[in-house]
Amino acid sequence: MLTQQPLLPLPTAPEPVAARPARRWQWRWPVGERVLIALVFPLGLLLLWALAARNEWVAPQILPSPATVLAALSELAQSGDLTRNALVSFWRVIDGFALGAVLGLLLGIGFGLSSLFRDYVYPLFKAIAQVPVLGWLPFLILLLGMEEALKVVLVAKAVMVPVAINTDQGIRSVPAQYLEVARIYGFSRWQLLTRVILPGALPGIWNGVRYGLTNAWLALVAVELLASSEGLGFLIVYGRQLYQLDVVLAAVVIIGGVGFVLDKLLSLIEQRLLRWRRDAF
Amino acid sequence: MTTPPRYLHPAAIPPALRGWVLPVLIVFLWWAGYASGRITSPLFVSPGKVVDSALELIRTGTLWQQLGASLARDLAGFAAGALAGLTLGVLLGLSRLAENIFNPTLNAFKQVSIFAWVPLISLWFGLGDLAKVAFIGLAAFWPAFINTLSGVRGVPKELVEVARVLGFGRLQLVRRVILPAALPAIFSGIYLALIYAWLATLGSEYLLTAGVGIGNLLTDGQEQFRMDNVLLGVILVGLIGFGFTALAGGLERYLTRWQRR
Repeated sequence: MLTQQPLLPLPTAPEPVAARPARRWQWRWPVGERVLIALVFPLGLLLLWALAARNEWVAPQILPSPATVLAALSELAQSGDLTRNALVSFWRVIDGFALGAVLGLLLGIGFGLSSLFRDYVYPLFKAIAQVPVLGWLPFLILLLGMEEALKVVLVAKAVMVPVAINTDQGIRSVPAQYLEVARIYGFSRWQLLTRVILPGALPGIWNGVRYGLTNAWLALVAVELLASSEGLGFLIVYGRQLYQLDVVLAAVVIIGGVGFVLDKLLSLIEQRLLRWRRDAF
Repeated sequence: MTTPPRYLHPAAIPPALRGWVLPVLIVFLWWAGYASGRITSPLFVSPGKVVDSALELIRTGTLWQQLGASLARDLAGFAAGALAGLTLGVLLGLSRLAENIFNPTLNAFKQVSIFAWVPLISLWFGLGDLAKVAFIGLAAFWPAFINTLSGVRGVPKELVEVARVLGFGRLQLVRRVILPAALPAIFSGIYLALIYAWLATLGSEYLLTAGVGIGNLLTDGQEQFRMDNVLLGVILVGLIGFGFTALAGGLERYLTRWQRR
């Protein structure tokens, strides 16, 4: 948009048809063309990959061909390894996410509503948040061992921090007028919280939830790479140890796919959840 | 119901001190647990032991070596990744054609949790510093790229039109109008890039195990059941993360001071 127009466009006389028969071709971006043009780059990459593998520009141990990766993918799917490991990872994310989201929501509501609570707890919360998930990993391995609890706690930490921060900010951004109106109507504290503050803070809370889920997936893959004997992250380690790069790449594709589905799922829920905002106008 | 004495009420403590209550309480309980002698687990080390180990590591110079190695890696990866993200973000932001060609693919790649790339990176780049910096760069790239792109896209049309009317060249347009207007968004990208780069530094040191670094202090401590070294590592990791965020905040305030005028 910025580059297609010439600087200072001046009206120009129509040029003679013979001199320049075709008008300069301009992009208009209908959907069909956009999809086509979006395919150019990935198809080019795929072609380059296939060529590189076919002509053995790089050793197949370092870059297996697309066909091998596809074969590995279907083999993993048929043997049930894929479903089993994906389910393990899935439940870990769900458990950790549920725990972290509830904790984060409670903390965020506390921070947002009570300055006393905030004064006491926020610095400690900030200090815990400041250390990334991977910083806590060795500490928690010593404390909890390599059991399921380790994964759930780490995923929960990854979710709790953004949910708490965004809930807090969401609550603080609720316009003071809303609170005044609620007070005039004689809302009880509970009504004020559930009818005014939480709906008003919902966009902020939702932001935190989305960010938290992305974080959860990131943290889980990291933990599974480091300390696990099941799950999609472990599948990568396993493939790497056996020098089966096709398995590694297949697992990478699956991990990307799951991330994509999670993201899409959340944006669908978001459309439903925040529908009232549009209905108002 | 009897009311507690006034000085015990949470509101009686001055606000500046309130944040210290819980940490001090935790350290006290920790120390009390040690002093009572009841807890015999070899993993339970006293607060004093952690300080002793820290002093020991400082004395032998190991700590500085590990800190230096980690910070150098982190900054190199961050610089490379953030610069790449910034450049690509501006380019795709300026050209619809480029955005339509590359962005859908980049969006798909973005979904792959960065740690999943580590095994591939280790095969392609080995286990040394090159692989680590490449991985950290990848982690820093995404937030820088995504936020720059959305920042450039969000530059008000009117600003660009004014620049056109004034006859700005393309470079001038980018330097004088688009970059300053997109700066707040770019900065949220840089913030995130710093955080992700630090996370990736730890991850790279855990997963690509050759060399020294804070991550190695933590993993070695874990493998040798040295809780004192692990706790020291956790504290250092937090402090460095805090330092980076503070630094980025200062830089942002400096670079966007024109907005407050």
